[in-house]
Amino acid sequence: MNRVIARKVVPTYHQIFKLSRKQFCSDEAAKSSAAAASSQFNQQESDANLSLTGNVQPYDIAIVGGGMVGMALACSLATTPLTKHLRVAIIDSSPALANKPCIKREDPPDPRVSTVTPATISFFKDTGAWQYVQQHRHAYFDKMQVWDYTSLGYTKYDARDVDKEVLGCVVENKVLHSSLLSRIEDTDFQKTIYHSRLTSMSLNPSSSSIVVDSTAPTEASYARGSLAKLGLSDGNSLYAKLVVGSDGGKSQVRELAGFKTTGWKYSQNAVICTVEHSVENYCAWQRFLPAGPIALLPIGDKFSNIVWTMNPEESSDFKSVKEDDFVKAVNHALDYGYGGHPKSSLPGSAGMFSWLRGNVTISANESFEIPPKVVKLASERMAFPLSLMHANEYASKRVVLIGDAAHTVHPLAGQGVNLGFGDAFALSRIIAEGIAVGMDIGEVSLLKKYEAERKLANMTMMAILDGFQKAYSIDFGPLNILRAAAFHGAHFISPLKRSIISFDPHGMISAGLSKSKHEVTDKLTDQTSDQESNTRISSTSVLSFYN
Amino acid sequence: MALKLLSKLRHQNLQITRDRNHHRLLAATTLFYDRPVLNLSTTDDSKLIMKNKPQTTTSSLKQHELAKFAAISDTWWDSEGPFKPLHVMNPTRIAFIRSTLCRHFSKDPNCARPFEGLKIVDVGCGGGILSEPLARMGAAVTGVDAVEKNINVARLHADLDPETSTIEYCCTTAEKLVEEQRKFDAVIALEVIEHVAAPAEFCKSLAALAYPGGATVLSTINRSMKAYATAIVAAEYLLHWLPKGTHQWSSFLTPEELVLILQRASINVKEMAGFVYSPLTGRWSLSDDISVNFIAFGTKDGQ
Repeated sequence: MNRVIARKVVPTYHQIFKLSRKQFCSDEAAKSSAAAASSQFNQQESDANLSLTGNVQPYDIAIVGGGMVGMALACSLATTPLTKHLRVAIIDSSPALANKPCIKREDPPDPRVSTVTPATISFFKDTGAWQYVQQHRHAYFDKMQVWDYTSLGYTKYDARDVDKEVLGCVVENKVLHSSLLSRIEDTDFQKTIYHSRLTSMSLNPSSSSIVVDSTAPTEASYARGSLAKLGLSDGNSLYAKLVVGSDGGKSQVRELAGFKTTGWKYSQNAVICTVEHSVENYCAWQRFLPAGPIALLPIGDKFSNIVWTMNPEESSDFKSVKEDDFVKAVNHALDYGYGGHPKSSLPGSAGMFSWLRGNVTISANESFEIPPKVVKLASERMAFPLSLMHANEYASKRVVLIGDAAHTVHPLAGQGVNLGFGDAFALSRIIAEGIAVGMDIGEVSLLKKYEAERKLANMTMMAILDGFQKAYSIDFGPLNILRAAAFHGAHFISPLKRSIISFDPHGMISAGLSKSKHEVTDKLTDQTSDQESNTRISSTSVLSFYN
Repeated sequence: MALKLLSKLRHQNLQITRDRNHHRLLAATTLFYDRPVLNLSTTDDSKLIMKNKPQTTTSSLKQHELAKFAAISDTWWDSEGPFKPLHVMNPTRIAFIRSTLCRHFSKDPNCARPFEGLKIVDVGCGGGILSEPLARMGAAVTGVDAVEKNINVARLHADLDPETSTIEYCCTTAEKLVEEQRKFDAVIALEVIEHVAAPAEFCKSLAALAYPGGATVLSTINRSMKAYATAIVAAEYLLHWLPKGTHQWSSFLTPEELVLILQRASINVKEMAGFVYSPLTGRWSLSDDISVNFIAFGTKDGQ
C-alpha cells in the first residue's frame, strides 16, 4: 500500500517525481510525505495518465487553502455530477489536513465555533456533508434574546416567527472541516493534497524566459498562458487551469495575483472561549455593552461559546486574569453589569404599534430572561483583532478568491463563514455551468459571473455589519435613545421583524432591541417607518465568532 | 412566400464585381488600421487576398467575406476583441446545442462529456470558439473553415489544452467534405449561412454531410427590421461590437426561408429558438423571440 515508486517521468524535466501511492490520512503516509523530497501524488487513478503522456499532468483546479471554505468548494465539486471528474490539487500546510483529527465526543468543545445559518445547513445537506456534522456535537437553537446595557429594552426571536425549525446551528469549526473531508472521501474524487505553502504564482510568463519544449506540452500550455504555474515552499511546482484562493484574510493568492483591497481595522478585539453551565443552554444570547457586544452561544451538552468584543487593552487583561475572575466578569456582563435588566414589555408601548401588527409574532409576548450562569471555563481563551477587508476584485483570468481571502467582515453575527460557504457553493455551481457549455474553467468571463453574484451579497452584508459596529461604537446619550427606538419597532412590528430575520440570501438571523420609555417612542413613532432601513442595519445580531 | 424566396435567392447569386469587392476590403483595412492588434495583419492582407482568390472557387462562398474574416483572424481568441459578441453569445448557443443533441441522441445531460461517441463537424469554425467547447463535451470534432488563417489560429489555440488538441481542423469547405464522402452524426454551422453566396446549395451540402437520422444545427440573423436596427445599425455602427460591414441585411434569411431551404435539403427543423440580449446583465438568453438572432435544430430524413 505504501510503496513509493520512484521513476523518471520526463527526462528533460527538471525534477524526478516520486510517486507515492497511498491513502493520505494514514500515519505512514504522513511520515513518508515528510520524507519524500519532491512532488507527492496521492493518486487514486491518475498516475496511469502520467506515465502514458510522459509529462506532468496539469490540474483542473488548485485550491490554495484547505480550510472550511476551501474544503466546502472541494466537497461541492466532488458531489456535483458535472464537476466530479475534475482533477483537484489542495495546497495547505496545516496539520488538520495531514492527519485527520480524531474528534471525541467527551472532549470539551473547541472555542473556535461557527454559527451556521439555515442556508448553509441546506448547502451541507445538498452535498451530503451534514450527516457527518450530525454525528458530532452540534447545537441547534431556535430562540435568541438580544438586549442592551442601557436597560432600555430587549428583543426575543423565535424560529417560529419565520416559519423555520431553527434559527441556526452552532458547530465547532473542526467538526465542519472534518465532515466536509469525510464526505469527499466517500466519493472517488481525484484530489491531491500538497502539505506545503504557496510561494509563487505565475500566470503570464514573459515569452523570452520560457523555452518552449515540444516534448513537454504542459510547459508549452503554460508558456502560452493557458495554465497557471504554482511554486510551493517545498520546491515543487504544479500547473492548474484555475487557482482558487481560499487562504484566508492574509491570502497569498490575492497578494500574488495583485488584487487590491479596501478595509480598515476596528480598534476592537474579540475574546473567545468555551464555558460550562450547570444546566443545558438552548438559546443564543447577546448583550450590547459599552465596548462591544458579548454573545453566549449554545454548543450542546452543558457548554456554551463566548464571543466578547472589547477594546484591545481590556482583551489582554481578560485573557490573562484568573479563571474565577473571568467567570465572574462574564456572569456580570451577562446580568447586571453596566446597567440593570430591561423591564418586560409594557402594554402601553406594545399597544402603540397595534395598528401595524397584522399578526403578532410569537416571541413578542415572551418576557425577558436571564442567561444561564457560567460555572467554569472549559477551554483556553483566545483574542483576535477585528477588521474589515474587501478585495476590489474576486476574479481575473485563472484566479478566483473565495471566503476570507475575498472579504473579512466584522465577526459580529458569525456571517463571515456563512458568506464564505456561500462563495464556495456559488463558485462550484458556476464552474458546473461553465463545464455544461464546454468552457475553459479559467476563462475570465466565467469567473466574473461568480464575482458579480457574490460581490453583491457580500458587500451588502459587510455594509450592514460595519454600520452596526459603528452604531454601537459610540456611547452617546441621544444616539443610544435613537438606536433603542429604532429597535423598539423591530420587536413589535411583525412584518418588520420577519424581514429582519430573513433579510439576506443566507437567512441571516437578526434581532433588535426595544426600549420602553414611552415619551421617547411617542415622539419617534412617526419616524419608525423612515427608520426601517436604519433598523435593518443596526439590528443585526452577534451570533458567533468564526476563525 | 415562395416568390419572396426566389427573388431572395436570385439576389444572392448576383455576382459582385471585383471593384466593389476590393473597395470593401480597403474600407475594412483602414477601419482597423489604428487597432494595435491588427497592425501586424494589415500588411498581410494584400497577400491574403491574392492567396484567397484562386482558392475560393466553390459556389457557396463569397470571396470578400473570406477576406473580411482573414483580416481579423488573429483576434479570434481575444474575448474583448472584434469577436467579443460571439464569445458572449457562445454559452447560450451551446446550451441549445447541448440540450437538443442530448435529447436527439439520448445522452445524459448531467454528465461532463455527454457528446462522447459523437462525430460532429463545425462548418465555418473560425478560430474554433465552438469546436473547442464541443470537444470538451466529449465529441470527436472536425472544424472546417475556408480561411487558412482561421484554421491556423484554431489549431494553435486548440493545442494548448489536451482536451481540445484532438480536434481535426481542415482548411476546406463543406462542399469538399461532401466530395470526400465524409459523414457526421451532427453538422453544425453557426452564424455562417448569412455569409455564403448560395444558402440553398450550402444547406444541401450540410445535409449530405450528416448520416441519415443525424442532426443539423444552424444559427443566423433574421431579415427583419429589428435585426437591421440591432445587428447592423446598433452592433456595427453605434456600439462598434462588430466591424462595419460584417453583415449585409439583404443576405439574411428569415426563419421561414431557412426552414424551407432545409426542408428541400431533406432536413426537418424540429426546434427553433431565439437569442435575446439583455443590456442590463450583458448576457444572452434563449427565448421564443426569433426576430433577430435565431438557432434551428433539424434532423435528416432517413431513419
